[in-house]
Amino acid sequence: MRDTITSLPRRSFLTAGARSTLSAGAVLLLAGCGGNKAAMAAAPEDDINILNAALGAEQEAIAAYQLGAESGLLTKPVLDLAVQFQGHHKEHAEVLAKTVRDLGGAAVEPLARYDFPSGDLKSEADVLRFAAGLEKGAVSAYLGAVPLFAERELAKAAASILGDEAMHWAVLRGALGENPVPVAFVS
Amino acid sequence: MALRRTCLAAAVLLALPAVPAAALPPGDAQRGQAIYERCQACHSLARNRSGPRHCGLLGREAASVAGFSYSRALRESGIVWTAASLDRFLANPFKAVPGTRMGYAGVKDPQERADLIAFLAAAGPCPE
Repeated sequence: MRDTITSLPRRSFLTAGARSTLSAGAVLLLAGCGGNKAAMAAAPEDDINILNAALGAEQEAIAAYQLGAESGLLTKPVLDLAVQFQGHHKEHAEVLAKTVRDLGGAAVEPLARYDFPSGDLKSEADVLRFAAGLEKGAVSAYLGAVPLFAERELAKAAASILGDEAMHWAVLRGALGENPVPVAFVS
Repeated sequence: MALRRTCLAAAVLLALPAVPAAALPPGDAQRGQAIYERCQACHSLARNRSGPRHCGLLGREAASVAGFSYSRALRESGIVWTAASLDRFLANPFKAVPGTRMGYAGVKDPQERADLIAFLAAAGPCPE
């Protein structure tokens, strides 16, 4: 079954974009085609817990970008960026929730209400800084999750999302006029 | 039920590495603030997010923040958050409390853990 994963056409993997890449990986592992079955059997509940923790953070990020988009504080180019990044988080959440369900778990639901520091958001820069903080935290969270997965294909998918979150963080820092990539290593 | 809870708490205690509190190096809250940014995908000091809020953490029983839904593992852990228990948990949450929902590999550097704990201690109690 592992051959199925490795036989993915390289060209399509490289060119189809994040959605296709993640979806292909997710579909394969959800279909039970993951590589490390022995390790998987050792801690399936842990994998579900890790995925649900990530899903909860993604759901919060979706709500946070919605708050930013509806704030009236964003200029058109920044608003477009926020909507695009929110779309990425929606794709992450969709894949994570499906993966949890296919592993036999119950995907966490978005909270009915998020307690954001709305009163502190008074300018576009405030919104950008708020979003950048969430993205930086997400990078750290995925970095902390990747080594924990029993199933290596899940670790790979999480690393793929980590890369996307890091790009968001860098772009948001750039929009704030800060060095977009201030360090050689994330932590 | 009580027996099950006791057994689970005992299992958690056994899982916690026997590191004496004295092994914790002095922490720097300012450095800890920077390390805390890693936690901010899920946590904040003042608000429950996908993880519980951290104000008033030191001295609090685990899984005791009102309005937050914890894992059974943490609810039944019997842990009180002290510098020593936090040090053990933060080093490897999954090993310290098997079944925790905190899907994070941990803060491996003892000095970083000490700094983080110093920051959390300095944060003080939650506003009423």
